[in-house]
Amino acid sequence: MSLRVDAPGRAASVRRFGPATRWVHRTTAALMGVCVVTAACLYVPQLAELVGRRELVVRIHEWAGLALPVPVLAGLASRAFRADLGFLNRFGRHDRVWLRAAFRRDKRAASRPAGKFNAGQKIYAAWIAGATLVMLGTGLMMWFTHLTPLVWRTSATFVHDWLALTIGIVLAGHIGMALGDPEARRGMRTGVVSREWADREHSLWRH
Amino acid sequence: MNSEQPEEQEEPEEQRGKPIGRRVLLGTLGLGALGVVTAPTLQRGLESFLASASDKDPTGLTGLLPNGGGFRYYSVASSVPRKNATNYRLSVDGLVDRPTSYSLAELRSLPQTRLVRDVQCVTGWRVPDTPFEGVRLSRLLDAAGVRQGAGAVRFTCFDGTYSESLTLDQARRADVLVALRMQDKDLSHAHGGPARLYVAPMYFYKSAKWLSGITVTEDVKPGYWEERGYDVDAWVGRSNGRDDEPTS
Repeated sequence: MSLRVDAPGRAASVRRFGPATRWVHRTTAALMGVCVVTAACLYVPQLAELVGRRELVVRIHEWAGLALPVPVLAGLASRAFRADLGFLNRFGRHDRVWLRAAFRRDKRAASRPAGKFNAGQKIYAAWIAGATLVMLGTGLMMWFTHLTPLVWRTSATFVHDWLALTIGIVLAGHIGMALGDPEARRGMRTGVVSREWADREHSLWRH
Repeated sequence: MNSEQPEEQEEPEEQRGKPIGRRVLLGTLGLGALGVVTAPTLQRGLESFLASASDKDPTGLTGLLPNGGGFRYYSVASSVPRKNATNYRLSVDGLVDRPTSYSLAELRSLPQTRLVRDVQCVTGWRVPDTPFEGVRLSRLLDAAGVRQGAGAVRFTCFDGTYSESLTLDQARRADVLVALRMQDKDLSHAHGGPARLYVAPMYFYKSAKWLSGITVTEDVKPGYWEERGYDVDAWVGRSNGRDDEPTS
């Protein structure tokens, strides 16, 4: 990529994500994709009939689910990734402004101040992380049935089923929003975004 | 932070703001745990709501929701051969005087019994008022002549994997059928057609799909799921740690 200089000291593009963050995102997305596809094959009757092989599909689903937190845990070794997690964790006053604008469906960039991550991204990241751990916990209860009483297993199945549906919808929203913003996708794919995009979408981000 | 910034400068909040992300994560975890604890109550409420909603739902989409009042397809085999009137056989053997094999037409020519009961799966879903129709198992057993010393019946399936068992007393109940029809239609392949076992008072895993063999034995031998932890005597509401309303 060319770091073209259009004004003294100001490159046209800015670095958004280091390799660690991008690989964590990529591998997590792949594992989540395997979980979703295998879940659909276990759950949607038409797909279940088409695929069968219940034992095998269950095995793949279990192992992909078990591996799902691994990329994030491995990413903790990277300082850049830890810094990104820190940005995701901390909410400032501008995040409340952003959320209020989002509730009002005010799409103007000026009314949606954001740092490196906007408030929606922060809430999504925290929620999907928590939801993944709930899926992992309830999944383990369904997997190792002898560890918990059977009533727990049916309760775990109930939570696992409904949360899976919720995750499916939220994930579709996440992917839909990425599809609507090619520059954001470029940031995750190559690590670099245009300065113009960064200044507009993430005005408070000090890059 | 080492420097005091004026209030209107928002950048430092990137590092200094409240750790709300962590709270959202922990809150989600807490809600998940709460969901597991309150699941039995929630599930009952949702089931009755969805059952009434699915009655009025022309799209059938509620059937895809968890506990949405529809059947779920479970097969433990990689692929199940299809059988029809020309190649289907049901054998009755083991501790009997007259081992027999029935074609589908022969089964259809026997007196048929129609039962309308709820179907309850051990994983929680329930389908209300589902008609099943077929030959009473007791009739097939009597026709074969069960010998002295027999105590149980073992069922095998043409998926090549699944198996089930009942005690002889359970097998002779009037609400245990070799079902040929479900919901007033011939049993489809997906529902275990052309013939499946139907054990009305028990959890649905007892109702083995794709039934191909009935063997009278001395003792009960645990079936496929029972080897994997489910109860052999699978009375609805009185086994597997569940308290569902009995189905028969």
